[in-house]
Amino acid sequence: MALITYREALNQALAEEIQLDPNVVLMGEEVAQFKGSYKVSEGLLERFGPERVIDTPISEAAFTGLAVGSAMMGLRPVVEFMFWSFCYVAFDQIFNNAASVRYMSGGLVNVPIVFRGPANGGTNVGATHSHTPENFAANTPGLKVVCPSTPADAKGLMKAAIRDNDPVCFMENTILYNLKGEVPDSPDFIIPLGQARLACEGSDLSIIAHGRSVQVALEVAETLELKHNISAEVIDLRSIRPLDLDAILQSVRKTNRVLLVEENKPFCGVDAQISHLIQEHAFDYLDAPILRVSAIDVPQAYSKALENFQLPNHDRVLAKALELL
Amino acid sequence: MDGVYHDTDLAEDDSTPLTSSSSEDTSTFNQDAVNANLDSEAKIHLLSQMIRIRRFEERSLRAYQQGNIGGFLHLYIGQEAVAVGAVSVLSEDDHIITAYRDHGHAIAVGMDMDECMAELFGKKTGCSKGKGGSMHFFAPDKNFWGGHGIVGGQTPLGLGIAYALKYKKINGACLCFMGDGATNQGPFYESLNLASLWNIPVIYIIENNGYSMGTSEARHSAGEPLARRGEAFDIDWSVHQGHDLYEVRSCINTALSRAKEKSRPSVLEIVTYRYRGHSVADPDQTYRSKEEIEEYKKNKDPINLFRDRLLAEGVLTTELALSLDQAAKDEAEASADFAQSSPYPDISELMDDVYWETDHPDKKTSMGSIFFESAS
Repeated sequence: MALITYREALNQALAEEIQLDPNVVLMGEEVAQFKGSYKVSEGLLERFGPERVIDTPISEAAFTGLAVGSAMMGLRPVVEFMFWSFCYVAFDQIFNNAASVRYMSGGLVNVPIVFRGPANGGTNVGATHSHTPENFAANTPGLKVVCPSTPADAKGLMKAAIRDNDPVCFMENTILYNLKGEVPDSPDFIIPLGQARLACEGSDLSIIAHGRSVQVALEVAETLELKHNISAEVIDLRSIRPLDLDAILQSVRKTNRVLLVEENKPFCGVDAQISHLIQEHAFDYLDAPILRVSAIDVPQAYSKALENFQLPNHDRVLAKALELL
Repeated sequence: MDGVYHDTDLAEDDSTPLTSSSSEDTSTFNQDAVNANLDSEAKIHLLSQMIRIRRFEERSLRAYQQGNIGGFLHLYIGQEAVAVGAVSVLSEDDHIITAYRDHGHAIAVGMDMDECMAELFGKKTGCSKGKGGSMHFFAPDKNFWGGHGIVGGQTPLGLGIAYALKYKKINGACLCFMGDGATNQGPFYESLNLASLWNIPVIYIIENNGYSMGTSEARHSAGEPLARRGEAFDIDWSVHQGHDLYEVRSCINTALSRAKEKSRPSVLEIVTYRYRGHSVADPDQTYRSKEEIEEYKKNKDPINLFRDRLLAEGVLTTELALSLDQAAKDEAEASADFAQSSPYPDISELMDDVYWETDHPDKKTSMGSIFFESAS
């Protein structure tokens, strides 16, 4: 184990998989010479050369579609979006082509590709750069969706995503890039998609979250423990699709109270589906209505004063947790 | 003009005689090595392929009108020489991708009529098991990567196929077909930039049939000819006549050499014409005249022109021409019978072919739930 950042963990995963499989390439804006806009790909160009680590022009539709076409031919591209928000100009390539080509061809084609980059608010970059499209992606059969919250998960899930034979949307978080954590050194370290993590064991309520909201949930769990003598369990979904429904239900059946936390906007957000699944499968175990904290339902605000409130922050999550009990 | 080989209305269709075309074929492309070296058998095969595509599509139109085919049906009738000519000069390392008007390309690459017709009928025996439909035919084993429904959406994919060839050091090219309407989609230009910047062996073939759905070229495009748009990216471009099968073969062959010897892209504009509407639901008389269509059928029908050339060369006899046509009609009819008698996919098959992983449960690496409303 080594104490490294989320950024370094991703870098290790990319390096190990590029090293392992000659069909893996990393491409995107500023991934090579610039070392990555957020330095996730630092050093990879020097190690693997420009055939494997490829700078693209600012042409998301073309390089995304190029990667999908090359994946149909057996390459395993990792496509970096500088922000997931920029995938909106490549929507057709992801949501029509990568997601649907297998089905439309009756299974003759598969697309082993990873689309990755940060998808988060909280950095005062305004509405166009702060989208969290995990709900769009998860709403699209054919795509898989992963939102790691820790350095170890970032590495283990990235390696699984690159080895996956289906398209995986891998959503990181710029605020987590500097987060440090213990990460196994072994090149065989893999975390399978679809396996949630029990981030904190508790008995009074279940806080279910993904991405950076897990970190917020853990802070709230600590406050609940210290100041309110409430024992909160925190479930980190890690993967949205596939989804570890069993882990969710197991926690709900234990605590009987559920708070869902996400950075998505609320309407048709990921947690709308989670909430539905819980009431469908564990209705009799619920002692209170399922509550949610999502981003406040307006376009992402620029001002720090507004955006910090807009996000599912500690105080908003804490207040909602206390409503449950 | 009596006796012109054209896609007629159904009432007269099957009795269309094969007699001589009304216009002289003055093409000189027959002298290009790629054409001069064709033997009689190869020439007859080219003619036969065009006839097969037309008869297949005429039969599919009837099936559509009979209610056996749903959704859209974009017919290629009139454009046959483009797909047949282009495919005929490819080698085993060359690949093809196209848009939604894909039946001609599918048959040209060697997909059989049965699997194509069954796909149109939405049957289990279709090339995409009834999950793709008219716009989404695929045959990766024949280097045919679809069949894509969104205008221009395939242009980056074709780039990626060619990119993969280059990455794998395979000396091949990708022909990426598109319509004139697709030249006004942004991803095409992003793709042209990358193709030139990275020296990717992709050949963009603009099948310019004059209409972007119901909007004529004059109303949809500035800066003609359309192929000239490659100029801005230092890509070699040229404009050709799609009713001349030899010219199509010749220009594709030149572009293939450029791709394979210099790893350079090309933009070819091949001027052609579709006799039917954008799709068969298209009223077709709001944006062009009957006379315009008849004029093209009379003077530039690619099948008539090539058939007459072969008759003049002595390669073909009228009897053989008639028997090729009859065989194509019979084959198309049989494909409709095949499609009609094939079963629909079972409801349980709805869940197949979404993820590679769920199709290969023995090689599953993920956990958890991936479907949230299932058929079973």
